[in-house]
Amino acid sequence: MENILEYLKEERAQAWRDELRKKIKSKDRTAIVRVKMHEQDHDIRSRNNLEVNLGLKKEEAVIEAQRCLDCVTPTCIKGCPVNINIPKFVKKIEKEDFLGAAKVLKETNSLPAVCGRVCPQEKQCEQECFYTQKLKLAPVAIGYLERFAADFERESGMSSTPDVAENNGIKVASIGSGPAALAWASDMARFGYKVTVFEALHEIGGVLKYGIPEFRLPNKIVDFEIDNMKKMGIEFRTNFIVGKTMTIDDLREAGYKAFFVGSGAGLPRFMNIPGENAIGVFSANEYLTRINLMNAAKINFDTPVLSGLNVAIIGGGNTAMDSVRTAKRLGAEHAMIIYRRSEEEMPARIEEVKHAKEEGIEFLNLNNPVEYKFDKNGKVTSMILQKMVLGEPDASGRRSPVPLENSEYEIPVDTVVVAVGTSPNPLIPASVSGLKTTRWGTIVVNEDMQSSIEDIYAGGDIVRGGATVILAMGDGRTAAAAMHKNLAKKLLTK
Amino acid sequence: MNKIVEKVIFSENVTKFVVEAPEIARSRKAGHFVIIRLDESGERVPLTIAGSDPEKGTITLVVQRVGVTSAKLLEKNVGDVIKDVAGPLGTATHIAKVGTVLAAGGGVGVAPLLPIVEEFKKAGNRVLTVIAARNKNLIILEEEMRRYSDELIIMTDDGSYGQKGLVTHGMESFINKEKISEAIVIGPAIMMKYAALTTKKYGIPTQASLNTIMVDGTGMCGACRVTVGGKTKFVCVDGPEFDAHQVDFDEMLLKLNAYKTEEKEAYERYLKSKN
Repeated sequence: MENILEYLKEERAQAWRDELRKKIKSKDRTAIVRVKMHEQDHDIRSRNNLEVNLGLKKEEAVIEAQRCLDCVTPTCIKGCPVNINIPKFVKKIEKEDFLGAAKVLKETNSLPAVCGRVCPQEKQCEQECFYTQKLKLAPVAIGYLERFAADFERESGMSSTPDVAENNGIKVASIGSGPAALAWASDMARFGYKVTVFEALHEIGGVLKYGIPEFRLPNKIVDFEIDNMKKMGIEFRTNFIVGKTMTIDDLREAGYKAFFVGSGAGLPRFMNIPGENAIGVFSANEYLTRINLMNAAKINFDTPVLSGLNVAIIGGGNTAMDSVRTAKRLGAEHAMIIYRRSEEEMPARIEEVKHAKEEGIEFLNLNNPVEYKFDKNGKVTSMILQKMVLGEPDASGRRSPVPLENSEYEIPVDTVVVAVGTSPNPLIPASVSGLKTTRWGTIVVNEDMQSSIEDIYAGGDIVRGGATVILAMGDGRTAAAAMHKNLAKKLLTK
Repeated sequence: MNKIVEKVIFSENVTKFVVEAPEIARSRKAGHFVIIRLDESGERVPLTIAGSDPEKGTITLVVQRVGVTSAKLLEKNVGDVIKDVAGPLGTATHIAKVGTVLAAGGGVGVAPLLPIVEEFKKAGNRVLTVIAARNKNLIILEEEMRRYSDELIIMTDDGSYGQKGLVTHGMESFINKEKISEAIVIGPAIMMKYAALTTKKYGIPTQASLNTIMVDGTGMCGACRVTVGGKTKFVCVDGPEFDAHQVDFDEMLLKLNAYKTEEKEAYERYLKSKN
């Protein structure tokens, strides 16, 4: 940590930073109003699948970057799980060195265009920003600026591939290709390892591909970052299920020296209420996978999906928002969120809830499904909802929902998407004997993200149970640093 | 990768493919399945592995025409490639020396039954097998089944081959003759339902290998969920084999028709595109 602070201080002391600081008075910087993100009109976007947020213009990005005070102690970095040198990249934007800004991002973040779109910045870097903390003003739009720099670089055609150390010949592998594994893989490649990423599905990217919809994160952006990683020498193997196609023991025999398990929160949870197995009741994973990964809603693709006029999504998280906004785009007249608490307790990002509301999503908060009814063909036709009230705070610190007696009522539905969370994928824990797991099935790790087995590290949802892209990436980076240290000690000093 | 190296047409609607998949060929066991995707626009469908040759690095798949994907697959020839083959998936059949095993296969279900029969035989069991189909043309793998079965009965609905009658008739003739320790049934859902009812009547522990709709095949989506003993189970990871007496076949039968309209439309589009 000492070193990092020293490093940040040195960077800040550079002449160009000093010059920029002097150019505009702090008083004038704080007087600038936070930039607004350009968005597709809500009436139009709810009928297409194109990105909702359209990004910032150059001039806007530069002005927003001017707001940053280039603090002596940049608290924003504390809020970033992958420790981006935030003031440095923001100041590069102010200096109009946009490619330079992108390069700073890539020093610690292999997926800046992704993070600039899906990170909950309001709870991380922007939450820790001097504006939020001390001035009680809207924070510097760090997320928008990150997206701007990454997009600028990609669109410029002058994208830089991070420098990698000379190949040390040591083989390492990840299990899964989601954000945790990708962050791990790119750090390991930089350190000089021969990295293989094993993915069970036919596409690389994990939740970035099958989960997050096109209107929030276009696949071509994910693919661009993956192509960049291929240029770094990382090998990707699809249709490879570690534990099934080959076991970790087989891979050890094939010469792999260490593993990173980033296999995600595989199993969808259901509520175990009557009728939940009816036709037309999906897990959010299935609904989103059919549409995002398999392109079910597009003509010329073979995978079908049932998405009707009255679509109810159960849950209040980001996955629920992604599902309900997808349903709207597929033509639902009533695309509804059914959430058992109130909006205040909703785990979804504020931006997602705002966008959903603008798009005409109906919110049935303080409602909980108790039963699904179906016709003679087994197809869901309606659901029984029960009204809820808020009681005392529960273990999560949020006020717990309490059913209201005799408040049941019925509404017609033809599609239901259950988005009440997932459990860790048991495939890896089940196939590796001696791997310690919690009673929730997550892998137990130490502060280095190392599991109970020396050569196996883990991170992301398989450890956390259900978290964000950026926390997963942070885990990947922590694991890579520790793995490198251990392997270097063991194998490189000989 | 995944090149077709052999194609044997069993009947108009059923074809055997031998496909290059060296890693799967080495790791698969009886009862496992693969998920395939034919091309970029294809859907992911599960197919049970009917056999493998670890030395040659190939697996055997037997495919029946049911919809667009299977129809397109049947058009493939030796030298063609299946874009994606992932596996082996599911839980392998529990093979042990139990005594006498009754194995019943209906239609194309005979293909996944073959490696199970082979393993039970190799484990030292007496194996009694019934294979059934609508007519003679649809009876498959008779020779291979005979090789690993102590006795074999063939049943056809129309009596064009073997005995006339349903699979359950063949099963009962074995059951009435000797003591059965365990049974395994694989075939269309409706066949498994009645086969399970038959063995239940005689108190014979029975496994059924279920063939539901799937997407990822690794437990991620839940498209394959079925009710077994009143509890929701995922066929892809908890199965595909379950206690046949506990499976809610009626629910499963309904769910198999979830996309009936879409499938019919897609099939008509496919036929049109060929003309």
